Amino acid sequence: MIHYNKFTLANGLRVVVHEDHTTPMAVLNVLYDVGARDENPAQTGFAHLFEHLMFGGSINIPEYDEPLQMAGGENNAYTTSDLTNYYIQLPAENIETAFWLESDRMLSLAFSEKSLDVQRKVVSEEFKEHYINKPYGDVWHKMRELAYSTHPYRWMTIGKELSHIENAQLEDVKAFFFKFYRPVNAILSVAGNVTVEQVKTLAEKWFGDIPSGEKYTRQLPVEPPQTAAHKLEVKANVPLDALYKCYHMYARSDKRYYAADLISDILGGGSSSRLHQVLVKEKKLFSNIDCYHFGSLDAGLLTIEGKLVKGVKMKDAEKAIQIELEKLQGEIIADRELQKVKNRVESLLAFEDMSLLNRANNLAFYELLGDAGLMNKEFENYEVVTAEDIHREAKLIFDEKNANTIYYYAENQG
Amino acid sequence: MNRTIPPPIKDAVEFDIKLKPYEKFTLDNGIPVYVIKSEEQDTLQLELVFPAGSWYESESLEAAATNFLMKNGTSKRTALEINESVDYHGAYLNRNAYHENATFTLHCLTKHTEVLLPVLQDVIQDPSFPEEELALYKQNQKQKLAVNLQKCDFVANRFIDKYLFGDFHPYGRVSSMMAYDALQTETLRAFYQKHYTYNNCRIFVAGNMPANMLALLNKHFGTTRWNGESSLIRPELPIQPAEEKKFRIFNDENGVQGAVRIARPFPNRYHPDFPKMLVLNTIFGGYFGSRLMSNIREDKGYTYGIYSQLYNFRQVSAINIQTEAGRDVCEATIEEVYKELQQLQNVPVPQEELDLVRNYMIGSILGDLDGAFQVIQRWKNLILNDLDENYFYNNIQTIKNITAEELQQLAKQYYNPGDFYELVVI
Repeated sequence: MIHYNKFTLANGLRVVVHEDHTTPMAVLNVLYDVGARDENPAQTGFAHLFEHLMFGGSINIPEYDEPLQMAGGENNAYTTSDLTNYYIQLPAENIETAFWLESDRMLSLAFSEKSLDVQRKVVSEEFKEHYINKPYGDVWHKMRELAYSTHPYRWMTIGKELSHIENAQLEDVKAFFFKFYRPVNAILSVAGNVTVEQVKTLAEKWFGDIPSGEKYTRQLPVEPPQTAAHKLEVKANVPLDALYKCYHMYARSDKRYYAADLISDILGGGSSSRLHQVLVKEKKLFSNIDCYHFGSLDAGLLTIEGKLVKGVKMKDAEKAIQIELEKLQGEIIADRELQKVKNRVESLLAFEDMSLLNRANNLAFYELLGDAGLMNKEFENYEVVTAEDIHREAKLIFDEKNANTIYYYAENQG
Repeated sequence: MNRTIPPPIKDAVEFDIKLKPYEKFTLDNGIPVYVIKSEEQDTLQLELVFPAGSWYESESLEAAATNFLMKNGTSKRTALEINESVDYHGAYLNRNAYHENATFTLHCLTKHTEVLLPVLQDVIQDPSFPEEELALYKQNQKQKLAVNLQKCDFVANRFIDKYLFGDFHPYGRVSSMMAYDALQTETLRAFYQKHYTYNNCRIFVAGNMPANMLALLNKHFGTTRWNGESSLIRPELPIQPAEEKKFRIFNDENGVQGAVRIARPFPNRYHPDFPKMLVLNTIFGGYFGSRLMSNIREDKGYTYGIYSQLYNFRQVSAINIQTEAGRDVCEATIEEVYKELQQLQNVPVPQEELDLVRNYMIGSILGDLDGAFQVIQRWKNLILNDLDENYFYNNIQTIKNITAEELQQLAKQYYNPGDFYELVVI
């Protein structure tokens, strides 16, 4: 049970506070309600490029990192398709430094040409390091385009192509900032050795006078239900054949999301999971196989991916996966197996909550979902899932018409 | 309110950092148990450590394969039964083999400790090394290796360690298809018998323990002299660094980036220069505001990240600078690294930068000691290296008191570009 308090400033900034007096540290986390899904299709990768620019100095503070390091702090940030999150961890005595730094960059960035110029290059190298210069690195680029026709999840957070990043202009950067990076579109969470009163005072002092901004109302194109299987063959310079299958699942706020999440764990969670046990250990068709999803806020993809043992035919590998999916569609799962995946969730949540940083991140995330308090009810959402729910959702999700398959072949190899 | 003026801060060097002391217990058969208790959460971490790392191998990969396969079948339980018990209770049973030691770590909710200990006991004391499991391990590890060998960073890491320590030294020896093929259950079993014995075992516990934890540990690990007594001698193995210093390797002709490594051997943690080098290395390439990051990422944009690390190996350490940079700027990157090394030799570190790094390092130690799991980790590193809390406190004193002159002296001794190995893998 994570206790918290929350309040909203007059400018619309939502604030969540979690007191923990057992630690000498504090975390300040700012979540902006903007991700790659909010980008213009002709300017993808912008939300993430923007995250880099947030470290290039703000209106009153030329260097972001130096004063923070001087205060004994560390920071980082991440961008997903759904949101952008910034966090600072530092000795609690110096928490005001975090308020000072984060409020100034919410007030306004410095918008330096030099910073934009350098970060375009840095992000290009990040793009190359993760998506071009790695075996199978382009698969998510291809899969998103295969699985989504309409919704902006059809491009990756890093961007659809390098040129979008290379062409970013300072005017676009400014417009993006003043549209999304406003108090009314942000959530501040503060956790650690602080008090609610202290956070109220500091939030008012540093964030209170930032102009509210206009509330961004998201109106994304809706992905129509998929009506026929999508397939793609790829040949590339990789050592092993690989198989990727993605099925559309439910949005994060949909009750059925929890059954789908448990299904991914039945198939791919831990060494006793079905796909690992049957396809890697017993049938020896794959050298590794995983089942997962990204927990995205809009309807995401339930993914099965594996590398084939050399000499195994793609058709046989796919058929074997199909048999496992049909088992889940045909037979009600045993109580013990359902209890197993629920126990795994219980434990995962407990271990996640151990870290102060995770608690601060999660409070902001659940507040974005609608209410920080949902964090404490999360396990109940899993506990109520029944074997019948699993059975019904497996039938719907693993419908062949809902499948997107990439056959990734090793070029020039036996 | 004037936003250009930073709020007052407490200098991190003024923080009085205390390493919470451990409690030590001894099981009936003499196994030491080190404990950091914490009742704030319902979670537990239990780690068993054995001197069973690659240092003791007579054949390559023996240590890692033994450690891995212990969990894949015992005379009473199949691999599936072990995995199912662990998964059913939402626990994680991880095993790892390093250069010196090999470990088994159980993470679980406190309430499941009692039912999981018999499984852990079985894995540690009665593994059966089934032939079929070894065959599968070989096949799957070889496949994984084939994929990794296409990555320039993976290949560069292998080569640089080879140059630093030599092909045959445990620090420089790398995995290979042949080494996997050569593994046999008999040799693994022999390695197991010699290294995983009661008198070689040390136990580290952190978190929220059940009230009867010591009785439980005694029941499962403390009553018998399991696997007998084995006296290990840690052999002396001198390193054999390469003669040649500069290497360029083409791994993928279409590669768009190169993995750059610039490295040299450095004395181990027992040498008085080691704690000082931790500070110099941080300034040079150990944090986001470092010289290397500020120049090569934040000014030139050659890379997504560049770091310098100090190896924590027992016998000998190394300084290793690593980055993945655009293919056409790899050579320019190397040039800038040398410039930064020489800058530290020629010009004393400005006071403000030194103060910043002191505060950053102390702040980050304070953050790292947050929670029982983190505290036991610190203690484990000290205990396994035959050190005590004085070493920890001395390092903190070095961070707080080292001078710009001492750092410059250190740079003059250890930052000569000619002493470094230099490698690019495209």
